[in-house]
Amino acid sequence: MSSSWGMMNKVKEDLGLYLHFPFCEKKCDYCDFLSFSSDLSTKEAYAAALIREIVAYQKTAESCLVGSIFLGGGTPSVMPARLLKEIFSALAASFEIAGDAEITMEMNPGTVSEDNLSFAADSINRVSLGVQSFHDEELKMLGRIHTRKQAVDSVSLLKKAGIKNLNIDLMSGIPGQTVRSWRDNLDQAIALDVPHISAYSLIVEEGTPFFDRYQNGDHLPDEDAERQMYYDTRKYLAGAGCLRYEISNYAKEGYECRHNLRYWRRGPYIGLGLGASSLFDHKRWKNTESLKQYLRDSADPQKIARDLTPLDTRDEMEEFMFLGLRTMRGVSEETFKAAFHRSMGDVYGAVLTRQIEEGFMKKIGDRYALTDRGIDVSNRILSEFLLD
Amino acid sequence: MDQSHIRNFCIIAHIDHGKSTLADRIIEQTGLLTDREMQDQVLDNMDLERERGITIKAQTIRTIYKADNGEEYMLNLIDTPGHVDFNYEVSRSLAACDGAILIVDATQGVEAQTLGNCYLAIDHDLEILPVINKIDLASAQPDECAEEIEDVIGLDASDAPRISAKTGENVHEVLEQIVHKLPAPTGDPDQPLKALIFDSLYDSYRGVIVFMRVFDGSVKVGSRVKMMQTGAEFDVTEVGIFGAGKFIPQEELSAGMVGYLEASIKDLHETRVGDTVTLADRPCAEALPGYKEPQPMVFCGIYPEDTKRYPDLRDALEKLQLNDAALQYEPETSLALGFGFRCGFLGLLHLDVVQQRLEREYGLDLITTAPSVVYKVYKTDGTVTDLTNPSNLPDPSEIDHMEEPVVNVEIMLTPDYIGPIMTLCQERRGVYQSTEYLEQNRAVLKYQMPLNEIIYDFFDALKSRSRGYASYDYELAGYQTSELVKMDILVNHEPVDALSFIVFGPSAYERGAQMCERLKREIPRQLFDIPIQAAIGSKIIARETVRQVRKDVLAKCYGGDISRKRKLLEKQKEGKKKMRQIGNVEVPKEAFLNVLKLGDDE
Repeated sequence: MSSSWGMMNKVKEDLGLYLHFPFCEKKCDYCDFLSFSSDLSTKEAYAAALIREIVAYQKTAESCLVGSIFLGGGTPSVMPARLLKEIFSALAASFEIAGDAEITMEMNPGTVSEDNLSFAADSINRVSLGVQSFHDEELKMLGRIHTRKQAVDSVSLLKKAGIKNLNIDLMSGIPGQTVRSWRDNLDQAIALDVPHISAYSLIVEEGTPFFDRYQNGDHLPDEDAERQMYYDTRKYLAGAGCLRYEISNYAKEGYECRHNLRYWRRGPYIGLGLGASSLFDHKRWKNTESLKQYLRDSADPQKIARDLTPLDTRDEMEEFMFLGLRTMRGVSEETFKAAFHRSMGDVYGAVLTRQIEEGFMKKIGDRYALTDRGIDVSNRILSEFLLD
Repeated sequence: MDQSHIRNFCIIAHIDHGKSTLADRIIEQTGLLTDREMQDQVLDNMDLERERGITIKAQTIRTIYKADNGEEYMLNLIDTPGHVDFNYEVSRSLAACDGAILIVDATQGVEAQTLGNCYLAIDHDLEILPVINKIDLASAQPDECAEEIEDVIGLDASDAPRISAKTGENVHEVLEQIVHKLPAPTGDPDQPLKALIFDSLYDSYRGVIVFMRVFDGSVKVGSRVKMMQTGAEFDVTEVGIFGAGKFIPQEELSAGMVGYLEASIKDLHETRVGDTVTLADRPCAEALPGYKEPQPMVFCGIYPEDTKRYPDLRDALEKLQLNDAALQYEPETSLALGFGFRCGFLGLLHLDVVQQRLEREYGLDLITTAPSVVYKVYKTDGTVTDLTNPSNLPDPSEIDHMEEPVVNVEIMLTPDYIGPIMTLCQERRGVYQSTEYLEQNRAVLKYQMPLNEIIYDFFDALKSRSRGYASYDYELAGYQTSELVKMDILVNHEPVDALSFIVFGPSAYERGAQMCERLKREIPRQLFDIPIQAAIGSKIIARETVRQVRKDVLAKCYGGDISRKRKLLEKQKEGKKKMRQIGNVEVPKEAFLNVLKLGDDE
């Protein structure tokens, strides 16, 4: 794959980097992401392997200007700051990073320490804090390691360290939750005055302890309550100046997460680290999920790439629609035409007309977007954009 | 072989009383086959039969038995199906026999079907040889069983062989009694050929293979034969007898013999089961009486799941009908289901068997509609029509009155369950006739009931309320005037023709409500509320609503990995393809069948 990546453009391509850290102090009971707990020597070995992978991308990187970096997990904040610093040095050596690049690190309120605060102050400009809830009993039930107090303290510590661009993750629809307790969560989040909030609703995934406990839906808020929580989220956060810009994301103007928008707008990104996903040069692939293989072969990105899928125009048109429609701005006819040399109406006219008639979509200017009702049942609507 | 050394017989028994096992032992002990050739249960060689433990399609086997007197006898064992629905097939097999072995299970005694089949055999003037089976079981009561045979059926069972078909014990005695007690055929070999077609088979290389019993005369390769009913003539290319699962060619078939005939017959319709075969240039004076035309009692629509396979369904039905003359079909169309056929069956089991054969042997996926009986519609203009499809019911203003078929039902059961079963029969509009106690532990409950009430789920209800201890048999008793109405089911305000049915007026409300409720469970929630209504004419009598989906949204798409999201959307799209479209509502194809099944609510 490297041969075609090396092309030189006058204008460098805006690239995103995702770095995965698969380590957690303890895996949460609902989590089905790639993460596990580990000792220091594994973390050291992992950092070294990650650096080998970063170095291997040097040639590819020549044509790109990195506009966003996202450190996700797992919990990147369980990595010792000295290892993170080594990784950042490698990034700076291999990639040209824009001066105004958005650099985000996910942190667990239970793992915010002097060590990683100083790293954060030096090297990054945005933090995503996995708060999930401001109720200790809910946190306990989720299997989180932190408390409400730690969450509140973390926010002020980060602010004190100079990180103003802060996100709080909140989770709705969790067992035992009521519309009332959710509203209280929203109020507490608003009181902390952060510019970005991600509010996800729990999905009970197979293979998690939650699946065994709640797969039959007992103890979970019912559909009406769950939707009420969603509607309240929008209303409450809008009152605090945070507007919904994607199905689950709310921000004050100018604080929308550039890296996340990249995913929905199909901007190119390279995933580094175990199991990380990439979209680059009309291909999608994903790194191996085997730590052993990754540690051994990360110096050769082709060797650790899995599920390499070349995207044809059809795939890309489908993605353009079902990813783009997750944003509140929706998809633009003009952008579609520029990308595919066909009009959107030509490809999706019948579906768009029907969805608008049935009230699931709306058209504003040259853009199509989901309505509130369309968002509620977005899976059904988005599936209509898969072509036969 | 001289006719005096031929025995043509069948085995009749209640289901599971050991018919196929005894047939296997007879074949073994007559030594026609080596042990290696013996498959388990040679007669039941269709998958379906094996699974259900019943014999559907009559088959025939010839064996040679060397009796204790040192002489060889040709035994033609003609297999018969065991279920009440297949009386017609039993009847045509019996017409080819001179005698019958009646097996009674020593642990169960005389059952409803034992009686039914036994009376059929007596109707055909067959000599009946009772055999008491399963004496190897601890619970066997052979003395009581013999007594019951004498009391209930009126046959002398004093020297009935007491056997175990399973272990082979005393099967030899059965063979000896076949030779000494069953009559030899008495046809005249010098008369013109007169043979009865009792079955047939289609082979794509050989054409139609006719199974027949020769009564008079003989036939050989080169003979020109004529089918007396259809008038078709053919030159015989092969005649022969039945080995175990094999056709064994012979020089000729003569009076008294049972065998097959081939004559490059391509058209399935020219050789009707029940027809008489004779010689074209020397015909016999009159045809054999044949037997009663089968009367389909239950009808339903059968549609291919994939509408493109309609021609395949038509071909499959045509082939099945060749050796299942009781199966009737004619094309029909449904708004909901497309092109299909309205098919007539002897009963529910027959329906089930045909459906499964279509699915297994012909690889078709089917949608079947609610079974219906044949109603007589007396119109105000004085005409009468038979109604087999509820959708064709004339406007109520044109109907003077309607009649529905009623059947005499005999339920065999242990007296403990008489109470609950009487309640069941009453719920199903049964009119009590009598209770007879056969012995301490066995009673027969007789009811007259509308056939309509037993075609849906009566059997399941009977089994569940008697913990499996009751069985039933029925025969048509005639027609009675009844208060009947057509119930339409509307999905999102559109009537679904495939779900219309005729129902007894006073039960309409309950049935309508039940249908709506079941359908509600079958139709997945969609993007809008879907009303499901039951209506008689323009009057809505029941309603349910499938609530719209409130939420179907995938919140997270982590670290730019969209593969899970794409998979989910693809699954959604795929699921949609498996639906039938009724208006703008998607209905899973299974819904049409599932709404008719007895649910947890019984």
